[in-house]
Amino acid sequence: MTAPAGRHSYLDEPHGVAAWLLTRDHKRIAMLYLISITVFFALGGFFATLVRLELLTPQGDLLTPDLYNKAFTLHGIIMIFFFLVPAVPATLGNFFIPIMCGTKDLAFPRINLLSWYLYIIGGLMALAVVAMGGVDTGWTFYTPYSTHASATMVTLAAMAAFVAGFSSILTGFNFIVTVHRMRAPGLTWFRLPLFVWAHYATSLVMILGTPVVAITLVLVAAERTLGLGIFDPKLGGDPVLFQHLFWFYSHPAVYIMILPGMGVISEMVAAMSRKQVFGYSFVAFSSLAIAILGFLVWGHHLFMSSQSIYAGLVFSIITMLVAVPSAVKTFNWTATMYKGSISWESPTYWIIGFMGLFLIGGLTGLFLATMGLDVHLTDTYFVVAHFHYIMVGGNVMAFLGGLHFYWPKMTGRKYPETLGKVSAVLVFVGFNLTFFPQFVLGYMGMPRRYHAYPAEWQVLNVLSTGGAGILGIGYTLLFGYFVWSLFKGEVAERNPWGATGLEWQIPSPPPTFNFEQDPVVTEPAYNYKPRREVTVG
Amino acid sequence: MAMEVDLLYLFIVSVCAFFAILVTALVVFFTIKYRRRNPDDVGADIHGSLILELTWTFIPFVLAMAMFAWGADVFFRLARPPADAMEIYVVGKQWMWKVQHPAGVKEINELHVPVGRDVRIHLGSEDVIHDFSIPAFRVKMDAVPGKITTLWFRATKPGTYHLLCLEYCGTKHSGMIGQVIAMEPQDYEAWLAGGRSTGTAVENGERLFTSFQCITCHKDDSTGRGPSLLGVYGSTVELTSGGTVIADDNYLRESIMNSQAKVVKGYQGIMPAFQGQISEENLMQLIAYIKTLKPAAPAGGSDSPAGGGGQ
Repeated sequence: MTAPAGRHSYLDEPHGVAAWLLTRDHKRIAMLYLISITVFFALGGFFATLVRLELLTPQGDLLTPDLYNKAFTLHGIIMIFFFLVPAVPATLGNFFIPIMCGTKDLAFPRINLLSWYLYIIGGLMALAVVAMGGVDTGWTFYTPYSTHASATMVTLAAMAAFVAGFSSILTGFNFIVTVHRMRAPGLTWFRLPLFVWAHYATSLVMILGTPVVAITLVLVAAERTLGLGIFDPKLGGDPVLFQHLFWFYSHPAVYIMILPGMGVISEMVAAMSRKQVFGYSFVAFSSLAIAILGFLVWGHHLFMSSQSIYAGLVFSIITMLVAVPSAVKTFNWTATMYKGSISWESPTYWIIGFMGLFLIGGLTGLFLATMGLDVHLTDTYFVVAHFHYIMVGGNVMAFLGGLHFYWPKMTGRKYPETLGKVSAVLVFVGFNLTFFPQFVLGYMGMPRRYHAYPAEWQVLNVLSTGGAGILGIGYTLLFGYFVWSLFKGEVAERNPWGATGLEWQIPSPPPTFNFEQDPVVTEPAYNYKPRREVTVG
Repeated sequence: MAMEVDLLYLFIVSVCAFFAILVTALVVFFTIKYRRRNPDDVGADIHGSLILELTWTFIPFVLAMAMFAWGADVFFRLARPPADAMEIYVVGKQWMWKVQHPAGVKEINELHVPVGRDVRIHLGSEDVIHDFSIPAFRVKMDAVPGKITTLWFRATKPGTYHLLCLEYCGTKHSGMIGQVIAMEPQDYEAWLAGGRSTGTAVENGERLFTSFQCITCHKDDSTGRGPSLLGVYGSTVELTSGGTVIADDNYLRESIMNSQAKVVKGYQGIMPAFQGQISEENLMQLIAYIKTLKPAAPAGGSDSPAGGGGQ
């Protein structure tokens, strides 16, 4: 209690590289993940830069067609499997779920460390793919292109994603057991922070969906190397079967990417408004509803794949249903701000940025779920824009917002407040400038994964590349001041936002075992009470 | 149909713009109105409202269902070609579109069509998955190896439109583009007359039916080692495995390429599989020919057999 911040924290003891690499402390593993995913984010961003530079001009003049195809493929594989999927759960989730549950660590600390090592092995395999010439199938690995036509490192890339998949299975498994078994006395399910609910729902998707994509990627490798006829029609297989199996995971994977972000935003909205989350149980159950419905919508990627039109009908209507819990969450966050005490500190900027981008991302999903429109829009830049609004606009905004919100707790340091706002504005503006023109391009018919394109689409592509430049500056700026703050940042107090929650009652940064005394929970989450005699309402 | 797709698009744009503006306005308004004035302030003690929750569950539900129903209606009409549509055969291969008109004229990466006429495309692929897309007509369809897929459209204005491959297919995916040239019907006829025809699809199919020796087993009078193919297209076929199948394009395709898959009841699976022996284009010609095989004397028969009737 009396120790100054920075002393006896998980960051200081025990010392040494080996102590970090063999740690079983969930907070250290979260930091290891944070460093690793930052490296992969930079690499994925590098390939995105190549793609955007190529698309400045309509003729394919910067890269050869094969290099371009490898650039967008590696961008997708790295960003999805090595950044977006682990981004929030493996960093913020790993760090805060045990603390929010009032416990010392996750249920299985060694398995948690194993999950990081699996991630690193998968990541090294992905780097090997890059070093050995890359892969050009698109992150979707569609057959029979991936099994028969492509002459690139498909098998190794698929195995990299396969190994990384196990790291997320282990993380999900660890979270589920922790939430079930390790909650502090008095911490009933309905007193849990919504962050925990969202991660619980995410974990269900991770353990139920990831094995399917793992098996599917093994089948691709088997057909490619052993000539098994699973997807190749010449061997009696069915190429569309691959799409069913792939999207059975990869659509729910979108919810792996967005649900934890929604959890982060629920925490941030409550803390920055100092108010109980409006409709707590609706927000909690909407996470589960999204996770469950998310498993029943994969066929909406296959409307034009020769799938039965009646199957399409079922997938379309269930997809429409996903819009409902998503809308419920958005309205509840908005209502939480009503009569709140809203801080104008930097996390609020990130919340508003998230809300704006997630709204557009979610609403444009309705266009694609509408079968008659999807005919025109599928595989165009409209789809590219839509999923970037969800996965980057939604998830990355929530992840970065969450980092701004939790940084003082995680590191014991504060970043420069003004720059925190500037980077939020830069990222928001840059993102919209990058991806909004792509909706227009998509409706005009511009196909995704095109190295060269008809000249009439150049102006919008130039805008998009310009926006990506601003986005890049925003990301670089925040990376810079986060690193700077580790050394020079002002020392953070225990509870910089005046928030409720167990994580704000312990020192910043937390001690190795989180709590000096085992906590007992006696009140619901977000129980904001006036500290002085103030009449409210 | 393009107008109808655009109308649906505008409907969804309006609904979404309304909600996007509503929520954004509320968030911005609340942020300003309820900004923290004193560092110790907390928000009002409000926990929720069942009526509000039900309202904002119900309204999005109804709107989403409206979008679903409208979208499904448009989709079903796009998915079902009119019976009297003109039929054009298209095969995608890395990295070109090969087109064959009913009159036998062939072209590559160009598709000439008459305006004001429904055109049905039969789509196949030689290698990987491609996607035949004409953005201006708001239509597209995957060309899937091992299957025959279909789409239809009606050009309304003469002009040149993009024809694009929309499913990533390798190195020159972005080079797998061409033009749809919509012409007045008389111009189209003139263009056809100027083209080099190598026989109609049906004529070519008939020739292949002989050269692949289909004819030796599939005799018209059911005395051959294979079933008679007269009237087989669109009929319900009983299989040796039990069960039945409707003999559509894909059943015929499968029965040629992988003949053991679904053998007709009463026959032995002795037909060789033609997988790898026969190109997608030839396959489409064969099917076009088989479709014209009608039972010999259906009491007069008002529709004259198009390609010689298989005699």
